[in-house]
Amino acid sequence: MTVLSRKNSVAVATKPISIAVCAMGGQGGGVLVSWIVSLAEQCGWIAQSTSVPGVAQRTGATIYYIEIAPADPAGRMPVLALLPTPGEVDIVMGAELMEGGRAMLRGLVTPERTTLLVSTHRSYAVEERINPGDGRIDPAPVYDAAAFAAKKVIAFDMEQVAKEARSVISAVMLGALAASNVLPFPRKAFEDAIRNGGIGVKPSLAAFDRGFARTTGNTPEPARPVAVKQAVAPFSPSGVADFDALLHAAAGLPSGAATMLDAGLRRVADFQDIAYAAAYLALVREFALKERAQGVPALTIEAARHIANAMAYDDVIRVADLKTRRTRFSRIAAEMGVAAGQPLAITEFMHPRVEEVLGLLPSGLALVLEKTGLGRLLMGRFLRRGWRVRTDRLRWFVLLSITAELYRLRPVSLRHKREMRHRDEWLDLTRAALEQDYDFGVEVLRCRRLVKGYSDTHVRGLSKFDRVMTAVGVMVDRPLPQGKAAVWTRLLREAALKDPEGTALEAALARFQRGAMA
Amino acid sequence: MAERSFALEVQDLRIGAGETFRGEGILAITKALLQSGVGYVAGYQGAPISHLMDVLSDAQDLLAELDVHFESSASEATAAATLAASVMYPIRGAVTWKSTAGTNVASDALSNLSSGGVKGGALIIIGEDYGEGSSIMQERSYAFAMKSQMWLLDPRPSLPCIVDMVEKGFELSEASSTPVMLQVRIRSCHLHGTFVARDNRRPTMTLDEATRSPQRDLSRIVLPPAAYVQEAEKLEQRWPAAVQYIREHRLNEFFDQPDADVGLILLGGLYNNTLRALMRLGLADLYGKTDIPLYVMNVAYPVIDDEVVEFCRGKKSVLVIEEGQPDYIEQAIGRILHRARIDCTLHGKDMLPMGGEYTVGVLTDGLRNLFVADAPDLLDGMARATNQPPITCAPQIAALKDSVPARPAGFCTGCPERPIFAAMKLVEKELGPHHIASDIGCHLFSILPPFNLGATTMGYGLAPASASAFSGDSRRKGRERKRTIAVMGDGGFWHNGLTSGIGNAVFNKNDDVTIIVDNYYSAATGGQDIPSSRSTPASRSTHHPISRAIEGVGVKWVREIDHTYDVGRMREVLSEALTTRESGPKVIVASSECMLNRQRREKPLKRKALKDGKRVVTQRFGVDEDVCTGDHECIRLSGCPSLSVKPSGDPLKEDPVASIDQSCVACGNCGEVADAAVLCPSFYRADAVVNAARSERWKHRIRSALIASVQQWREARRPVFS
Repeated sequence: MTVLSRKNSVAVATKPISIAVCAMGGQGGGVLVSWIVSLAEQCGWIAQSTSVPGVAQRTGATIYYIEIAPADPAGRMPVLALLPTPGEVDIVMGAELMEGGRAMLRGLVTPERTTLLVSTHRSYAVEERINPGDGRIDPAPVYDAAAFAAKKVIAFDMEQVAKEARSVISAVMLGALAASNVLPFPRKAFEDAIRNGGIGVKPSLAAFDRGFARTTGNTPEPARPVAVKQAVAPFSPSGVADFDALLHAAAGLPSGAATMLDAGLRRVADFQDIAYAAAYLALVREFALKERAQGVPALTIEAARHIANAMAYDDVIRVADLKTRRTRFSRIAAEMGVAAGQPLAITEFMHPRVEEVLGLLPSGLALVLEKTGLGRLLMGRFLRRGWRVRTDRLRWFVLLSITAELYRLRPVSLRHKREMRHRDEWLDLTRAALEQDYDFGVEVLRCRRLVKGYSDTHVRGLSKFDRVMTAVGVMVDRPLPQGKAAVWTRLLREAALKDPEGTALEAALARFQRGAMA
Repeated sequence: MAERSFALEVQDLRIGAGETFRGEGILAITKALLQSGVGYVAGYQGAPISHLMDVLSDAQDLLAELDVHFESSASEATAAATLAASVMYPIRGAVTWKSTAGTNVASDALSNLSSGGVKGGALIIIGEDYGEGSSIMQERSYAFAMKSQMWLLDPRPSLPCIVDMVEKGFELSEASSTPVMLQVRIRSCHLHGTFVARDNRRPTMTLDEATRSPQRDLSRIVLPPAAYVQEAEKLEQRWPAAVQYIREHRLNEFFDQPDADVGLILLGGLYNNTLRALMRLGLADLYGKTDIPLYVMNVAYPVIDDEVVEFCRGKKSVLVIEEGQPDYIEQAIGRILHRARIDCTLHGKDMLPMGGEYTVGVLTDGLRNLFVADAPDLLDGMARATNQPPITCAPQIAALKDSVPARPAGFCTGCPERPIFAAMKLVEKELGPHHIASDIGCHLFSILPPFNLGATTMGYGLAPASASAFSGDSRRKGRERKRTIAVMGDGGFWHNGLTSGIGNAVFNKNDDVTIIVDNYYSAATGGQDIPSSRSTPASRSTHHPISRAIEGVGVKWVREIDHTYDVGRMREVLSEALTTRESGPKVIVASSECMLNRQRREKPLKRKALKDGKRVVTQRFGVDEDVCTGDHECIRLSGCPSLSVKPSGDPLKEDPVASIDQSCVACGNCGEVADAAVLCPSFYRADAVVNAARSERWKHRIRSALIASVQQWREARRPVFS
C-alpha cells in the first residue's frame, strides 16, 4: 500500500562534522567554541554552535556542541542539529579526564567515528574531595574505555601544558585539534582564529603551539599516572654521623621497606632528636624480626610508617618548627613567583585550644591546671579567638622559633606522656594480634591511619581509633577463626574513614557485635 | 554589571538592509526587534534569556538613538504590566523572561492584557527552559497561551526563521489585537548562525508622543460588563483574525510530498533535530530535503484546523511531535480529525516519550517505530532495526558509571556565600539542625555537598514565605519549637521577597530567622544590577540598602554583616538570631560582593596598575602540606573549587593532602573557617608586593636578613632531616 519507496529517496551523502566540547564551567569552553566557529567560517564553511550557560557556568559539567558543513555550491543552508547524538560525533574534546569519561558514558564516543581529545589532568569532584580518607576515583576505567570506544585518542595533560605556556587549556586543546588532522583546515587558519579572537593572543598562540607539538611529537602520555618517585635513594647519608649510623643499621632490615624506614627515621629524628630516632628504630626492628619470609614485607612497612606517625605526632612545637623553616620561606617565595628582595608577607591562621597549650607544660603542672580548670580560666581568654600570625615579622618569627625550641622540654610534657602511653597500648595490642596471625597484626598497625588532624578533628579521629582498638582488644581476647580478625579490623578501619561523623563506623561496629561476636 | 559584556557585539545591531548578520540567537532577536520598529522593551533576566537582557542593556545608546525605551523590570509581573502601553496606543512593545518560572509570576498581568486586547503589537519573548541543562521544574508554557488566549510562536531554530517570526509576531498581534508569545528554547538562544538584515526602524509613535495625548477606552478595561464583551470578542473577532493572518502569511510551513501517506506534524522548535533524525534513517538530506511530508507549526497556538485537515487528508497516519506533557497539540488535532471525519491514524505520545527532551536519538527511535508500523517500505534493513546494541552497553563503557563523578554546578571560587554556609554548618554543630527554607539563586547550591543544607525551594523570593507555616512564638510556655531559617538572595528580595517574605513575617508576628544574601547583584541570573547594587550605572538608581527597606516594613531585629568572609562573626550573629529572646522576625543581611563580578571589575584595574608601575599586592592562600594531615575537614566546610586534594608525596601519609591551586582569589574563606572551626594551622596567606617603594623593599630586606640568620643559627645547632 505504501506509495513511497526507496527509489525516490534523497541522497544522504553529506554529513556535517560534529564536535562536542565536554568541559566544566569556568574552563573557557566558550572561547574554544568561538575559535572553532570562527575557524570554520573563515574557511568558507557554515557553522552552528549551541551551549547551555546559566548555572552550568559555575563549575558544573557542561557540553558545548558545534556542527560545521561545507558551503553548498547551490547556496542551500544545511539544517544542523542542536545536541550531540550518540554514534554521530566526529570529535569529542574533554577538558578534564572525567569529563572525557562522561562523554563516553553518554555514548558520544564511538569506534567508527570519534576522535577523542582529552586532557588527562584531574580536577577532583566535591564527592572525591570530602572523604576523610582517600576519596579519589581510580582513573584507570576511563583509559580502558577510551582505548575501546574511540577511533583515535589524543590524551595528555593539557592543563600542565597550558600552565607552562602561561595560558589557558582551551588554546592547548585547539592546538591538539589542529594537529589531529580531523578538521580539513590548515594550521594557519587555526592560528588566525585565535588572532581574530583578539584577547590574550600571544600566550594563546604559544599554548596552541605547545598543544600542537605535543600531539604531533612522539611524546605520548604514559598510559597511567605513575607513582611519585623518590628524589633521593633511601638511606643516603645526611652528614650527621650518629644519624648515618642509624641509617646504616636500618639498611639491614627487609629491603622492601627501605623507603618507608628512611622516611620514618628522618621524620622522627626531625621531630625530636637522634636518640628518639634510635628508639623508633628499635621498635620497628622488633616487628621486622617477625616479618614473613616471602612477599612484600608488609609488617615492616606498616610498622615503619605508623610508628613514625605515632611518634612524630602533630603538636604546637612541631607546627611552629615547620612554619619557621628556611625551606618553607623559599618554597612560598617560589610559588608566589617573587624575586629576591621583593616584599612577601606570610599570614598564618592559628587557633590553638587550651588543651594544646596545656599539653606543652610538664605533665605534673599541666594535670593540676587541667583537673582544677585553672588552665582554662587563665588561658581561655587569650585562646578564644584565632591568631593571625605574621611569620615574616620578626616579633612573631622569634616567638614561633622559641616555641619550636621547646622541643627540649617535650619529653616531660603532658602531651608526650599521653602520646607515648597511647602508642604503647596500641603496640601491645599489635603484638598480641601478631601472635594470633600475621595479617591481623598488620591490620592493627594500619589503624593508626585514623588518627589525624588537629583539635576537634584530632579528638574525633582518636575516638574512632579507640573504638576500633576496643574491638581489636575483644578479638585478641576471644580469637576468631583463622583470618577473620584481620578482615574485621580492615572493615572497621575502612568504615571509620567513610565519613567524618563515624556513622559508617557505628554501623560496622554493630555488625561486628552481631556477626563476629555473636 | 552583567556577567558577559556584549558591548562589541551590539555594534552589529546597526547594520543595514542586505548585510549579513553573524551571531547568537539573542542578538538576532534584538536586531529583529529593532527592525520591527519596537517602541519599548522590558524584561526580567533568567536563563535562557539573561543574555537578551544584557544585550539590550549594552545597546542602550542605540536604543536611545531610535527612541526605544528600555527597562530592567523589577519582576516578570512588572515586565508584563509594562505591555499596557500597547493597549491604548499603536506602539509596539516587547518583554522577555524565563519561562515557565517567569510566566507564572507574570500571569496576572497577562490575563488582564489578553482580555482587554492590544492596539500596538505586544510580543512576549519567553526563554523556554525545558530539557537538558534546564535549571527549573519541567513544565510547558503552552497552558498559559491557551488559558489566556494568547498566540504562541515556536519558530524553527534557525536565525532567519526566528527573526522573521519576531517581525510577523508583531503583525499578528496587531492583526488580531492579541498579545503574542514567542518561545525560544535554551539552545536556540545561544545558537550561532547568520541571517540577512534589514534596516532598523523607529517606532511610528513614541511613548513621549503618547503621554502628550493620553487615550482611554472603557471597553479595553477589564471591568464588568466590558470583561464579558471582551470574552466574546476574543472568540468571535480576534481568533478568526489570527487564523486568517497565520494562513495568509504562511507562518506554518508545509514541506509536502503529495504521494506520501505518512506525515509528521511538528513544532517549529523541534524541526532541526527531527530533520537530523530523518537523515539518520536515510529519509532526508543535510539541506532539509525529505521524502516525508512535514507540517511545521511555527505557530504552536492556535492550531489552525483547516491546515491540519488539509495536511492529514489522504494520509494513512500522522505523527505529532511535541515535547513534554500534557500532549495539548495531539489532543487538539485528535479533535480536529474526528470532527472532520478524516480517517487518518493519529500518533504522538504512543511513539515518543511522554516527557523529557526530544534529542536526535529519542526522535530517531520514535520515527523508526512509526515507519516500522505504518510505512515499513520506507526504511532499509539498516535503518529498520539496529542490531548493534548501543556502545553504552559495552562493559568498558558501563563500568564508567562508577568512575565518573557527578559534577553539579556549585559556588564559584571565592564566592562570598560559601562562608555563610560554613558558619551555618558550625552553628548546626552547636545548636543541632534547623528547618531551612531555600530560595532561587546561587545560594541554592548549599543544598548540595559538602553543605547539605536546605529542605525546600518554592520560588524566587519565596523562602521566608515557604517557612511561614512553621511560625509561632518560641517563648510561649508549653510550646517547644525550634526557629526556622530562610535563606533568600538580594535578587529574590527585590523581586518580591520584601513583601511576600519580610512584610508577611512582620504582619503575622513570625519569630523566625531570615538570611538575606546580598552579593550586590542578581548574581545567579548573570550579575545584573538591582536596587541595592553598589555600582553606579548611568541609567539606573542603585545604592538602596536592603536593611532600610526591611526596617521600613517593620522588622526590629536586623543585623548587617558587611564582610561575609568573617566566619566567626557570621556564626555569632546566626547563633544569636536563633537563640535571642526577642520576638518578631530576625533578619540578617550578609553582604559581600559576588566574586565573579568583583574579579571582572578588579582584574583589568590590577593589570593596568602593574603596567603603570604602581604598587600592587597579589594574594594567594596556601596549605603547608607537611602540616596538613589529610583529614579534609577544611574541604567539608568549604567546597571551594580551588581547594582540592593532591597526593601527599610523603610515604608516611597515605591519604592525599589539601592543596590550593592557582585559581585562588584569596577570599580568605579557608583561613577563616580553619580559625572559626578550630581546624588546623595548615593555611597561610601570602601577599607579594609588586612595584614596592624603596623604603618598603629595604625594610623587607633587613627583616629577611635577620630571619635568615636566626634560621641558620637554629639549623646549625639542630640538623634538619626531613
